[in-house]
Amino acid sequence: MRKLALRDEILLKIDKPARYIGGEVNSVMKEKEQVDIRFAMCFPDVYEIGMSHLGIQILYDMLNQFEGVWCERVYSPWVDLDEIMRKENIPLFALESQEPIKNFDFLGMTLQYEMCYTNILQILDLSGIPFFAKDRGEDDPIVIGGGPCTYNPEPIADFFDLFYIGEGETQYEPMMRLYRKIRDKGGSRKEFLEEAAKLPGIYCPLFYQVTYKEDGTIAEFKPVKEGLPTTILKEIQMDLSDTYYPKKPVVPFIKVTQDRVVLEIQRGCIRGCRFCQAGQLYRPVRERNVDMLKEYASEMLKNTGHEEISLSSLSSSDYSKLPELIDFLIDECNRKKINISLPSLRIDAFSLDVMSKVQDVRKSSLTFAPEAGSQRMRNVINKGLTEEVILKGAKEAFEGGWSRVKLYFMLGLPTETDEDIEEIAVLSDKIARVYYETVPKEQRNGKVQIVTSTSFFIPKPFTPFQWAKMGSKEDFLDKARKVKQAVVSQLNQKSIKYNWHEADVSVLEGVFARGDRKISQVILKAYEKGCIFDAWSEFFKNDVWLSSFLECSLDIDFYTTRERSLDEVFPWDFIDCGVTKEFLKKEWQNAMAETVTLNCKEKCNGCGAARFGGGICFNREK
Amino acid sequence: MTNEHTKVRIKFSKYGSMIFIGHLDIMRYFQKAMRRADIDIAYTTGFNPHQIMSFAAPLGVGLYSNGEYLDIEMNEPMNSKLMITRLNSVMVEGIDILSVKKLPKTAGNAMASVAAAAYTVAFREGYEPDFDYKEKLSDFASKDRIMVTKKTKKSEKEMDLKPFIYELSIVNDKIHMLVDASSSGNIKPSLVMEAFYKENGEVPSEFAFIITREDTYTNIGTDEKSEFVPLDAVGSEM
Repeated sequence: MRKLALRDEILLKIDKPARYIGGEVNSVMKEKEQVDIRFAMCFPDVYEIGMSHLGIQILYDMLNQFEGVWCERVYSPWVDLDEIMRKENIPLFALESQEPIKNFDFLGMTLQYEMCYTNILQILDLSGIPFFAKDRGEDDPIVIGGGPCTYNPEPIADFFDLFYIGEGETQYEPMMRLYRKIRDKGGSRKEFLEEAAKLPGIYCPLFYQVTYKEDGTIAEFKPVKEGLPTTILKEIQMDLSDTYYPKKPVVPFIKVTQDRVVLEIQRGCIRGCRFCQAGQLYRPVRERNVDMLKEYASEMLKNTGHEEISLSSLSSSDYSKLPELIDFLIDECNRKKINISLPSLRIDAFSLDVMSKVQDVRKSSLTFAPEAGSQRMRNVINKGLTEEVILKGAKEAFEGGWSRVKLYFMLGLPTETDEDIEEIAVLSDKIARVYYETVPKEQRNGKVQIVTSTSFFIPKPFTPFQWAKMGSKEDFLDKARKVKQAVVSQLNQKSIKYNWHEADVSVLEGVFARGDRKISQVILKAYEKGCIFDAWSEFFKNDVWLSSFLECSLDIDFYTTRERSLDEVFPWDFIDCGVTKEFLKKEWQNAMAETVTLNCKEKCNGCGAARFGGGICFNREK
Repeated sequence: MTNEHTKVRIKFSKYGSMIFIGHLDIMRYFQKAMRRADIDIAYTTGFNPHQIMSFAAPLGVGLYSNGEYLDIEMNEPMNSKLMITRLNSVMVEGIDILSVKKLPKTAGNAMASVAAAAYTVAFREGYEPDFDYKEKLSDFASKDRIMVTKKTKKSEKEMDLKPFIYELSIVNDKIHMLVDASSSGNIKPSLVMEAFYKENGEVPSEFAFIITREDTYTNIGTDEKSEFVPLDAVGSEM
């Protein structure tokens, strides 16, 4: 029987002790004596969030297939346990072996959103690992970061020994071999880092130096060791049908956010929306083979016992074999009484037909993401969704029995005017009108319910909008007020509910997204002053963040509202995600000219990602 | 429920780290386990079919058990031994399937059948009482009345525990008790222990006890003259 790291008294006192005991279905136990590399994989947020993440399940399954490697999981202890661990000096432990993280060879952290940055420090702190990579010794694990935030790792560069840029399936095996080789001949931590930094996709911040101009922008970024690359090309798994994918994902005891089988059908997106980072980072678009997906769907359902399966991709409607896959799933799932959840479907006749088969129409709502209210604005952001298409989809949906609609928009987009903002309300109202025109009075079940939500636009690296000025908090709140006013002046205002996102967090996220190495001191300062779980509104302390910036003499506006020139060197320029800066510049200019760019299926726009020698664009050219 | 379904009662134990998993999560755990083991469980009809499954007596977080029960309905009966093997092959460490029995068509549902439960109470290291509990227990057990204050959400009320305690003795240095566990009288073993401590001038720490539910019983006798048997004794092998 495993001995737990926490005493019964503690486990009985804290909320949801199941977060910390491990032992879940399909979790992997190995004999300590049989392995020589211990890897702790961390999602720096609470268990329920971390366990819902597909990427970790993929890497966990993969690393545990490697001979001699035991990969375990660790998540952020919730605030109740965090307090007890600090008071009693209990070191942070991995769920499987319940042993201290400090004794591991590697601590991997996936960085999925910027607001988890203080939790990185919590993990290091509770583990007893020095915050700064430069202060770590031979006994400390190698701390390695991965995930979308590593496409601008600079704000957290000081805290990591290595970053893995790109998809995890390709370089971990060589890295484990390299680690074993160097360790077995008595090599040092530094020797390993020097060799690891030469692996494709691997970035070791200690070996790179930044110098700044007087205005605070970057003068130069270069390696300080010979033999290291000046740019780091992202890693990518070109064949998604013959690679690692977990047939036996871990099944949590407690209900987590994603309590279902997740089938990733493709990576990348053909659409090229100019605000969307994922749409650029994961190019080129690669589909998984439909037969592989069918096999995995059945196996994963059998091995987990989940009662629901969900498809995962940036735009499921663009998957070429979607009808075949869905037919298979409907057949398989009906027999086994399993629910199918289909997020990110474009609303059209096909998807409405499918949705009416898999969900209770009366209870479900339709989601449209026009992202902007006016057609002009949608041309700027290259969201190829027209009002005609939205209204047609809504009409068909209302005819099919739906009466609830969710609409997502962004505020603060480049070139946005008051008219663009008002159009958000106007479009919401037009959809309500379609309902009352389409559904006869006697068939209505009360009012149509339209929920219109806006979030604030945050410019992200590797998007055409990486040059864009971000709005200030005041701008944002002013814009939200304008939407609110416009909504109440609509004919169907009583059918429209308007929600907007908090502005403070968006501003900070904007700083981290395009921040440089100087930001790490602010993160440390804010953490030391008690900031943690910043992604959770109940713990987000904006005043502490503001004072931390002041104390570090760093100006928020420099990172957010400042105009950036086209020749500015960005902190993330040393990373090559496949898409060229030239292409992004061209797209930025297209945005300013309100010119739409065709999607990757219609035409190759020469973004640069075809150089990986695969994907739908490359294969079509052949 | 249709007449073709086979009613089946499953007995399981809960130990190790599984004691920290609450009742609702145990229900979800078994729903998933039925799928993993490919058990031919019956579903309700309607747009959102769910498994026909009910639990006898929820076990509090932190308690061990050697006698938990859940009832399911199956489309087709299945050999008991095979079903035990099949289910145990998909269990985690900390839950073992102990028996699988077919219930007579007339059997009541699991929860309504519960009449009593037997518990063993031991002490966590360092939390033993100052008084000699082995010596004092028989005095306590032979009292005419055991008055306690039972706290509900709305009020506190005085009640006599004695009629609800059927057995109270020392077995292998641990405290053994058989108490009412029916919906009308459900007695928590910690309530009995608190009264025992109070009688001896002490207040127990909330972490003092290691409590194991040894089995859950149904009454096959009468109200006046009860005859308690384990919940699975009313079933038969398949």
